[in-house]
Amino acid sequence: MLEYKPNLVLSTKEYKVVGTRPIRHDGLDKVTGRARYGADVLLPGMLHAKILRSPHAHARIKRIDTSKALAMPGVKAVLTAADLPQHSDRLADMGEGATSNYRFLSDNCMASTKVLYKGHAVAAVAATSPHIAEEAMALIEVEYEVLPSVLTAEQAMKTGATLLHERLVTGTALMGPSGTAADSNGTNVGKIIEFRMGDLEKGYQEADVIVDRKFSNEPVHQGYIEPHTCTAMWDAEGNLTIWVSSQGHFQIRDQSAALLKLPVSRVKVIPMEIGGGFGGKTLVYMEPVAALLSRKTGHPVKITMTRTEVFTSTGPTSGGTIRVKMGATRDGRITAAEAHLVYEAGAYPGSPLYGGIRQIFAPYSIPNSYLKGFDVVVNKPKTAAYRAPGAPQAAFACEQVIDELAQKINMDPLEFRILNSAMENTRQATGPVNGPVVYKETLQITKNHPHYTAPLKGPYRGRGVAAGSWHTGGSGAASAAASVNADGSISLVEGSPDIGGSRAAMAMQLAEALGIAAEQVKPSVGDTDSIGYTTMTAGSGATFKSGWACHEAAQDIKRQMVARAARIWEVSPEDVEYKDAVLRHKRDSELRMTFQQLAARLNATGGPIVGSATIVPKAMGDCLGVHIVDVEVDPETGKVDILRYTVVEDVGKAIHPSYVEGQIQGGAVQGIGWALNEEYFYANDGQMMNNSFLDYRMPTALDLPMIDTVLVESDNPSHPYGLRGVGELPLIPPLAAIANAIERAIGVRITQLPMNPARILEALEAKENRRSATKK
Amino acid sequence: MPEVWVPTRLQSLTGGQQRVRVPGRTLRQVVNNLERDFPGIRAYLCDEDGEDITPGIAVVIDGLTANMGLLEEVKENSEIHFLPAIGGGTD
Repeated sequence: MLEYKPNLVLSTKEYKVVGTRPIRHDGLDKVTGRARYGADVLLPGMLHAKILRSPHAHARIKRIDTSKALAMPGVKAVLTAADLPQHSDRLADMGEGATSNYRFLSDNCMASTKVLYKGHAVAAVAATSPHIAEEAMALIEVEYEVLPSVLTAEQAMKTGATLLHERLVTGTALMGPSGTAADSNGTNVGKIIEFRMGDLEKGYQEADVIVDRKFSNEPVHQGYIEPHTCTAMWDAEGNLTIWVSSQGHFQIRDQSAALLKLPVSRVKVIPMEIGGGFGGKTLVYMEPVAALLSRKTGHPVKITMTRTEVFTSTGPTSGGTIRVKMGATRDGRITAAEAHLVYEAGAYPGSPLYGGIRQIFAPYSIPNSYLKGFDVVVNKPKTAAYRAPGAPQAAFACEQVIDELAQKINMDPLEFRILNSAMENTRQATGPVNGPVVYKETLQITKNHPHYTAPLKGPYRGRGVAAGSWHTGGSGAASAAASVNADGSISLVEGSPDIGGSRAAMAMQLAEALGIAAEQVKPSVGDTDSIGYTTMTAGSGATFKSGWACHEAAQDIKRQMVARAARIWEVSPEDVEYKDAVLRHKRDSELRMTFQQLAARLNATGGPIVGSATIVPKAMGDCLGVHIVDVEVDPETGKVDILRYTVVEDVGKAIHPSYVEGQIQGGAVQGIGWALNEEYFYANDGQMMNNSFLDYRMPTALDLPMIDTVLVESDNPSHPYGLRGVGELPLIPPLAAIANAIERAIGVRITQLPMNPARILEALEAKENRRSATKK
Repeated sequence: MPEVWVPTRLQSLTGGQQRVRVPGRTLRQVVNNLERDFPGIRAYLCDEDGEDITPGIAVVIDGLTANMGLLEEVKENSEIHFLPAIGGGTD
């Protein structure tokens, strides 16, 4: 039985709605099956499409013959890359800091001259049933010239390595152009990023102990339960409607419009409920294909991926290697640190390299540092964002080196972290100084937690800790519109797809501002024609930015209601105030009206009131999470069991604590899966061998104890309700925390992910061999 | 004058200087003055038209992400960083 530890509240602000746990507005629909997900779309005359995918990891497409497939009864259209508009290497802003080269994006949707990974789309068939479409795919003849493939960044960076893009140029500045140039001799390095701070050599000279290790990891998938699916209808007037579950319907609209060379006003995207995304549902894969098949046939066209297609043809996160070298004094001060990160981007440039670089040393104050990263293309699916993109693997490396340094100087690993903790105004290794953060406080809370102070007994058992921090800029634009109904309820439309209960969080922030109950607000996610532009539900930003927009929309409502009450009372608006859902005259106590009473009179006194707002936050700030984990290793099988797991995380303010706890628990569990089992396992020819949930082993409830959470509420000054982004951070520390726990359990440091039974047994055997050799 | 932290891989354009001071009350003025002092640097920071920051670059001024592009106001003692944006796996 785990000891319950209440949440830690560093802030004294009191709220009426924020911080409570109302039943989520969409809960009944979700648990009764009424909620409509992407695959639930059924339209009259709808066709079903399937996509033919490359059996090779790298090959030139010499010829595609679709005639036999087209002749098959029931087949209505066939599409290849020749049907897609041509694109230049123009780099485009895709929102939330993400960029895309449209030529690469289009080519990833449908290969034009070469296939660059097994599973790369080469043709599509639309037919009257999915079975006919599947049969027709077998009739498409594709002649390939198979080319040598490169499956790791190490291979791809070797002199003379096979090139994926013969004219690729390496980005030379920040993100770099990541495009092609006619005079380029080609490279597999899409980008190099570098930061230098202080004097590294001087820092190493000041160190008493130095640890220098190299770590590696394989690609892993986000593993969302709902496969990608979309339905497109191109009508006779040239307007395109797309029904899709995604993390950002405005981004799906913008990307589809750009790839199809349509003005955005011609494209409407209707968001369906989403069965998980974790960063993976931020890019188009099939939408332009379904749209063009619809235009060819005059029918709506639906495409739904199989689980295998999701694995082989959408974006996992990067595999790669990270070398970390760090020095410290015997009294526990880090004097210098460097990291060399090599991230696989998949088939096209654009790995989450900067996420790793930005975060790897961020929890600490390090006077001398050097960071260098390489973004490298390989014959694997193009990577996509995955919850705290790039950071978990970076923390896996850095937090193990931190742990080892603490061991070398015989210091408690949390005490070592506290001594070196970054604070407000600490300059980061990438340049900027920290805003308000509570890293040290969060570490101290962890050190005092009963889990950390409880004894852990028994052989092959160990306790590990790791920290991780996450930064988000502003997360982009968000819009909200709130209509006051005559019964005193509010119809709220906002633009962030609801992945983790954000409808409730939006309604609560609006309700808090108006002084009404969360249940009086009916929240919904508007389509691209119904609400102002809103960037993706990503970057831990939806509750922050759209919640803030809801707060501002409520202020707009209050202003209008004050003006209306003043008109009804024939007084000046300056004499009317709105407080706790009551409008009152500042000096005449007879003049008083509740929100509900005024709502009932709106239509007869000048018309309805709609409050609206669009905001673009400048900063969400940085937050820290610290994980404690107890493991037990079975020396016979190599299996690692998680005995106990606690997460301490600065959340700013938990709007709906249940959903914040859920985010933290979910993130920790994904991290446990990544740490112990998950990986893309490739054969030498680039074939993914474990492309089903049977073989791609994700943890289930049966594998895990309860994940205990401690919400540190620090009140972020950058938000009206003090919240911080919480979605991504919990995935950063688990990999390292578990590695550190395994080290304590068996005395071996595992530097390769996943730390599966085979790898544990290998490590134990190597340890035994070393011991035997020493005895001899 | 505002202080610009020069990205490591652009320091060849500033003669190895990690930080430079240039006048300007908006980001546009700062970038124009950077270009005046260190020709060629603008091509890395702005798009082809020179009207927007290059997609994929985040500008952080005094710890806050600039959300008005080149129109962003800059204070007399502001600290300006040009950083890659965390986009998470697209490029």
